[in-house]
Amino acid sequence: MTVRSTIVVLWRYAPIFILLAAWQMASELKFVPDSLLPSFFDVVHRWLEFLADGEIAKSGTFLWDAVRSFFASTVVTNTAASMWRGMVGLGLSIILGVTLGIAMAWFQKLRDFFEPIVMISYPIPKPALIPIFIIWLGLGHISKIAVIFAGCLIPIVISAFNGARGVDRYLIWSARNMGTREGKLLWRVVVPASLPDILSGIRMALAISFILLVSSEMLAAKSGLGFLIFFLGESGEYAGMFAAVLTITLLGFFADRAYLTIMRRILIWREE
Amino acid sequence: MADIVARNVRKIYNPDKRYPVLAIDEVSLEVRENEFVAIVGPSGCGKSTLLYMVAGFLDLTAGEIKVNGKPVEAPGPDRGIVFQHFALFPWKTVLRNVTYGLEEQKIPKAEREKIARKHIDMVKLTGFEHHYPSQLSGGMKQRVAIARTLAFDPEVLLMDEPFGALDAQTRGVMQEELLSIWSKRKKTVLFVTHDVREAVYLADRVVIMTARPGRIKEIVDTKFAGYKSTEEVLESAAFAQKTHQIWKSVREEVDKAGPLDG
Ligand SMILES: Nc1ncnc2c1ncn2[C@@H]1O[C@H](COP(=O)(O)OP(=O)(O)OP(=O)(O)O)[C@@H](O)[C@H]1O
Ligand SMILES: [Mg+2]
Repeated sequence: MTVRSTIVVLWRYAPIFILLAAWQMASELKFVPDSLLPSFFDVVHRWLEFLADGEIAKSGTFLWDAVRSFFASTVVTNTAASMWRGMVGLGLSIILGVTLGIAMAWFQKLRDFFEPIVMISYPIPKPALIPIFIIWLGLGHISKIAVIFAGCLIPIVISAFNGARGVDRYLIWSARNMGTREGKLLWRVVVPASLPDILSGIRMALAISFILLVSSEMLAAKSGLGFLIFFLGESGEYAGMFAAVLTITLLGFFADRAYLTIMRRILIWREE
Repeated sequence: MADIVARNVRKIYNPDKRYPVLAIDEVSLEVRENEFVAIVGPSGCGKSTLLYMVAGFLDLTAGEIKVNGKPVEAPGPDRGIVFQHFALFPWKTVLRNVTYGLEEQKIPKAEREKIARKHIDMVKLTGFEHHYPSQLSGGMKQRVAIARTLAFDPEVLLMDEPFGALDAQTRGVMQEELLSIWSKRKKTVLFVTHDVREAVYLADRVVIMTARPGRIKEIVDTKFAGYKSTEEVLESAAFAQKTHQIWKSVREEVDKAGPLDG
């Protein structure tokens, strides 16, 4: 990054720095009591503590111990637990959702069967599934993965279905005219043509996955950022709770940015 | 090498729904091997529909179409089409669009790139091989569509207003190229156009269709023998007379179609 582009980025996010400064000022000037809103610096301080609290058996090699301690810290272990659940749940829903959505668009029989199921599942508020999955699958990783999978599946199915349904028939004709066989049309034409819809469906699912991740971890879990928020909040550790909220915020932000960058790269062929 | 025979072809769109459209009725036409036939007629008279049926995209409501003696059942690369609205793959570059048909025919990579580049050069798009269709103008897309279809060398060429988006000068160049390919590689061509001069100049025969439902109104012979050059043909009285005759005939149909509703 050049100096110039760094300045551009900093300038773009200037409103956030102003907000943080206002937060700090409000605490300094005692506008709000610490018990309601700990100061920004306290939150950052607590966050750094969480980053350095990894307990390990010392080996004596400084660098190696530092690395191991980092990975054993509160922030990193809980972030890793959350990310693992989120990525597996979302990943599975992408694989099944894209396949099912495209298959439904292509095969009338599948559409007849699954369309009513999708339609009835669509309006269910997905957090309502959390208690059910916890009863079925317990407090570990699996119940959260299942909730995220179920909640992300429907929007992905719908976007893949709409994308595949909306493929310009002239593109399909064009491929068949040049000798593409029926069996290869899906892969050669339908999938690439519905990619813009699929990718924006996945972006929506990414946002949903964060909501479900945190809420399911808050409801019942022994690790993860949602658990941390709930646990620290319950025990009145507000600076720590805010530090956990801060972590999930940053995680969500960078996940969306990274996804957007990848999506733009894949869809480079689209008109501006 | 192939001929096209259409007998009593009829096409009704949406026959079971509330607003069926009789697009084509009682169309019988024979295009001989290596013949160049142009179709003109008012907008909405069923020219594209007829081409799509020859290409095998649409079922006929009645009648039959044979290509090379065999009834048309499915699309295939023996009948290459240039679509009115190009239908390029937007996710592929110009080069990949043009190599697509060759790839489907299992032509080795090096060779298909060579063939593709030759055709891209022919339509004057060298330098744009790695552009995506969204980065091209309408006329450039149309030229890619032409290159793409010519590249896989179909026996029958079905062209739906292939020069419609081009300026007069580029159109002239493309017409020359098409005629030279047609005479070198011997193809049967069915060519839809709104430009009567173009039809008379390019085709051996011009088919005039009636307003919807499209029927064949008349077929005019437009072969000009005994001229030394293209210019001489274009400036001849016979050419002007044919053009005028066909133009008037189409105009009658446009007037019949009533208000310009397309
Ligand atoms: N998919 C469709 N569904 C229903 N009706 C259609 C469909 N496509 C075309 N038609 C009807 O069939 C008629 C013929 O259409 P077609 O596209 O073949 O006309 P055309 O002669 O190619 O017109 P143009 O010169 O404007 O391209 C039109 O009047 C239209 O109403
Ligand atoms: Mg048309």
